[in-house]
Amino acid sequence: MGETMTTEHTDKRYEEELTKLREEILYMGGLVEDQIQKAVKSLVDRDSDLCNIIIERDHEVNRLDVNIDELCIKLLALHQPAGRDLRFITTGLKITTDLERIGDMAVNICERALELNQEPQLKPYIDIPRMARISQRMIRESLDAFVREDTDLALKVCKDDDEVDNLNVQIFRETLTFMLENPQTISRATKISSISKYLERIADHATNIAEMVIFMVKGKSIRHMKELPPSV
Amino acid sequence: MNLQESLEPRQIDFPAIKADGAVPQANTTELAKTIIEVDDVNFYYGDKHALKSINVTISEKKATAFIGPSGCGKTTLLRCLNRMNDLIVNTRVTGSINLDGKNINEPSTDVIQLRRRVGMIFQKWNPFPKSIYENVIYGLRIVGISNRHYLDEVVEKSLRRAALWDEVKDNLHKSAADMSGGQQQRLCIARAMAVEPEVLLMDEPCSALDPISTAKIEELIHELKETFTIVIVTHNMQQAARVSDYTAFFYLGELIEFGETGKLFTAPEKRQTEDYITGRFG
Repeated sequence: MGETMTTEHTDKRYEEELTKLREEILYMGGLVEDQIQKAVKSLVDRDSDLCNIIIERDHEVNRLDVNIDELCIKLLALHQPAGRDLRFITTGLKITTDLERIGDMAVNICERALELNQEPQLKPYIDIPRMARISQRMIRESLDAFVREDTDLALKVCKDDDEVDNLNVQIFRETLTFMLENPQTISRATKISSISKYLERIADHATNIAEMVIFMVKGKSIRHMKELPPSV
Repeated sequence: MNLQESLEPRQIDFPAIKADGAVPQANTTELAKTIIEVDDVNFYYGDKHALKSINVTISEKKATAFIGPSGCGKTTLLRCLNRMNDLIVNTRVTGSINLDGKNINEPSTDVIQLRRRVGMIFQKWNPFPKSIYENVIYGLRIVGISNRHYLDEVVEKSLRRAALWDEVKDNLHKSAADMSGGQQQRLCIARAMAVEPEVLLMDEPCSALDPISTAKIEELIHELKETFTIVIVTHNMQQAARVSDYTAFFYLGELIEFGETGKLFTAPEKRQTEDYITGRFG
């Protein structure tokens, strides 16, 4: 068989639409990654103008979410996909939901940053940018894994989630100490704690994407396992 | 529903939580009993090696679909299951096909009896130029059954099973040739069922039917599975996905993959299967 087989579809328009779906998801991923990076920058630089730009730009993320959903539903209805095409399209549907939620988290970070900008800075931000960098990297790598169908990279993303979880716990403890020592800091400390929680959720969404990639490539689910498998 | 009722907790049987806190897995489908076992079957049309060492098991009261491109051997294998290939000259079969543990390829097999147990529906419906009633009971007539009361019962039961009774009950003595294509095909199914077979082989039963008639036959297959074992050959992959429990994919006379339909159409094991079901067949 091998010799006569091609990996292209016999239906060229179907192939083109699948390619378009892949490109749209990647564009959305890139945009969302940029939203996170700029949201944290606006917090660190105390830049309220940038916050407002990010909040406004979330409409674009939402628009992509709707468009990609429509494209997936159209592909399902018109081509009755099976096998890896079916797994790719259903993965696409789920990935965009995660990306859209990540976009919302970026907006949440900006909203807290706008509030924090009204008051003097509580402390220099060290762990928050670190968390943001890891979360961003997880999004990027989960999408790289998606494009390259790289399950090893996807598994790495799932493992990296622990690092972000630990940082979140650390930041929570630190902000709690501030609040215990001086109740005047409560308002600011809870906002910083929330931002940490948003970043932790972002990493969770990146993990979801990576888990879906493993399903897409291997056809088996590693979700809701107590421990990650060493390889897939 | 009043307020009180709406506040009543719903009675749902949640799975029990085990001592270690693990949630029990949903029941996996229990293994069905094997009715036909195809064991290392090779088939030759003259020099052409049409089936190559095929091993496959057909489960009782399940629908098994054979899929694959033209010339892959799926119809040949289907026709092996009730020795229809005996009718083609210059063919040869090796290996064994066990129906309830007995090899049907043995020369001692009573082929008429075999075909009564393993009935067949063809791509092009083929009712006899007789009335609807006579078509249904044809198989019983030729074995000498003539009890009118019994035959009436069989006609009604078979036509009901074939989901045709309501459409034809007032016209049982009209010619079968006056029916629509979909009705004629269902009449053939009723005729095959009248002799109470165990297995029904269907060779592209819907390929010449419109979508509504096709849907009726597919619905029928779901109902027939309660009583019979179904083996269906189809070019329509969506149809295989819709009606079957197990699917076998053939290519160039070889069985490439055989497994649960749900698995085969979402995450097949073999690259060749994946390429075929996704339409990447160059």
